[in-house]
Amino acid sequence: MQLEVKTMAELSEKNITPDFLYWVGSAGSFDDRAKKITRAFVKVLNYANVSFGVLGVEESTSGDVAKRAGNEFLFQMQALANIEVMNSYNIKKIITTCPHSFNILKNEYHDLGGNYEVNHHTEFILDLIDSKKITISQNSIEDVMTYHDPCYLGRGNNIYNQPREIIKRLSKNFIEMPRNKRNSLCCGAGGAQMFKEAEKGNAEINIVRTQEALDTKSKIIVTGCPFCNTMMTDGVKNINEGAAFVKDIAEVVAESLI
Amino acid sequence: MYLGNVIFLIVFVISITFFTKNLMRIISNIKLGRDINRTNNKRKRFLKMIRIALGQTKMFDRPIAAFFHLIIYIGFIIINIEVVEIIIDGVFGTHRFLSNFISYSSYNFFISTFEFLAVLVLISCVVFLYRRNIQRIKRFHSSEMTSWPKSDANLILIFEVLLMSAFLVMNAADSLLQQLDSHYHAVGAFTFSSFLVPLIDHLSAEKLIFIERFCWWFHIIGILLFLNYVLISKHLHIFFAFFSAYYSKLSNPSKLSNLSSITSEVKMMLDPNIDPFSNTNNTNTEKFGAQDADDLNWVQILNSYSCTECGRCTSVCPANITGKKLSPRKILMDTRDRITEIGNSISKKKNKDENFLLGGYIQPEEVWACTTCNACGDACPIELDPMSIIIDLRRYLVMEKSSAPSELNTMFNNIENNGAPWQYNLNDKMNWINDDK
Repeated sequence: MQLEVKTMAELSEKNITPDFLYWVGSAGSFDDRAKKITRAFVKVLNYANVSFGVLGVEESTSGDVAKRAGNEFLFQMQALANIEVMNSYNIKKIITTCPHSFNILKNEYHDLGGNYEVNHHTEFILDLIDSKKITISQNSIEDVMTYHDPCYLGRGNNIYNQPREIIKRLSKNFIEMPRNKRNSLCCGAGGAQMFKEAEKGNAEINIVRTQEALDTKSKIIVTGCPFCNTMMTDGVKNINEGAAFVKDIAEVVAESLI
Repeated sequence: MYLGNVIFLIVFVISITFFTKNLMRIISNIKLGRDINRTNNKRKRFLKMIRIALGQTKMFDRPIAAFFHLIIYIGFIIINIEVVEIIIDGVFGTHRFLSNFISYSSYNFFISTFEFLAVLVLISCVVFLYRRNIQRIKRFHSSEMTSWPKSDANLILIFEVLLMSAFLVMNAADSLLQQLDSHYHAVGAFTFSSFLVPLIDHLSAEKLIFIERFCWWFHIIGILLFLNYVLISKHLHIFFAFFSAYYSKLSNPSKLSNLSSITSEVKMMLDPNIDPFSNTNNTNTEKFGAQDADDLNWVQILNSYSCTECGRCTSVCPANITGKKLSPRKILMDTRDRITEIGNSISKKKNKDENFLLGGYIQPEEVWACTTCNACGDACPIELDPMSIIIDLRRYLVMEKSSAPSELNTMFNNIENNGAPWQYNLNDKMNWINDDK
């Protein structure tokens, strides 16, 4: 399927101001697994005729990994450059498929001069469903599904119910892991852990968490973060390849569009 | 009773003086921290303090512990009303001073209510001793919970059991003495201590007076000792939880502060038109992040003194669960121990010793194991923020020492060169559109 995507530069040349900026993020742009999530979400956006643009080459990393790794200097370099770009396009509303970008754009760009209304795609998709801009085939998924809360979406920004609401409309077989919502266990990627070897211990965090998901006998592990997706996909591969698929909420929705 | 009053006054004044002096020391240790503005939104802060510290709402995430803790807490507050009377009696040589102002039956009702709470507190303390020492709940037995922290917790529970027992035995002896000695007001036997009466009702009046006086002195000296003990114990949370809740972060839980000292530098780098020498008040030579406890801000230090070492943070920490050295509780305990050490060194030798929080107490291995998932902060019943300390230690390691793990340095380089943490060309940023693998 051909995706309809324009950059802010292209749109501004034609004097078009889109309603939203879709912040793709580094993972969504470069990571092979995450690129599929990006494509799935754009499919949903196209289906709903949402007017949006992306920054393309003008989008630098949000700076989340740098900041959480302690490199405040590098973070602010990225943030100030990004803010300058976004403010030059007069951007007011942002949607993003990455909870880390979501958190940092919403909460930490503010003090540096970037004031935006930021939506995570789980909230945004639920709004699209509720306002009937997209139609999904209800209860179309037979497989048992569970949901893993990304830390920066759940504990960080109190988004617990929207993704669950979407999943429950898609499947009657939704099952919670024992540790969920506020008590959810991290996938192990946050705080720049994604980019380094873990310290010495007796287990890997992603294996522990993936085991919890597999213990629910779910066939589909849904999450809303490209980093969680990578960690849990690796987890499934390690424990029992093929036992379950790890999917983003955008993917399960895109597959169920009528 | 003349001698008794004098002794009481001396003991009372000495313990209050000691308490004040040591409290001032802690406050000056807290003031060693850097400044941070947490005085905005007073109304919101006040309400949060009421909800978190007074209402203990987050305690109830774990209902069993919360239930018994609540009993001890209510008991502690209400039974302390009785301490007011004890102090008046001690100073003026009166007996059950407050019974002069209300009817004996209502006085009896109040004391019996206190006794009811005392019995509940006693039971709760025994339950807590059981949970710690026999049930051996895991979070009370981590590596940082040996020696002093372990004894501290048990000591305080045993102390409380003894205080409550003394209170009940005193009342039992008192109720017998009411019939034997006119000094003891005939307020009647009290509901719960009357169960202890059969144990002592065969004793002579002298012996009963001895028991009653002994328990009275034990109770009040115990309370004054407790007051001073609190300052060197995790039990400081009974006071400091209120301040920590009040000064806690109001913003989104996952929001990290932006270092403003860096913002001005970065702006200067990005804007060639700014004259780097124009900003004359830029005398800010403060180091980035924290190497030592006094590089942290005062709220973080206040947090460390407020921690009661319950270990809820550590029990939900993904790094700790998977056997890494990191324990958010230890981060707070180390911060407290180190700032106390700095304070002592300054007061003895007029300057700081050679030790540091980072390296001396907390190792980089702990700092780098954090996933910043904020499960610790979320689990903390009084909104302490150990993650912010970890981030400040990382900031020092990265920006002052350039000693991040090498993979992270690679990641930093990638961001600097390509605007992405991976080694991809920024020009490939839109490839996802056609990359239908």
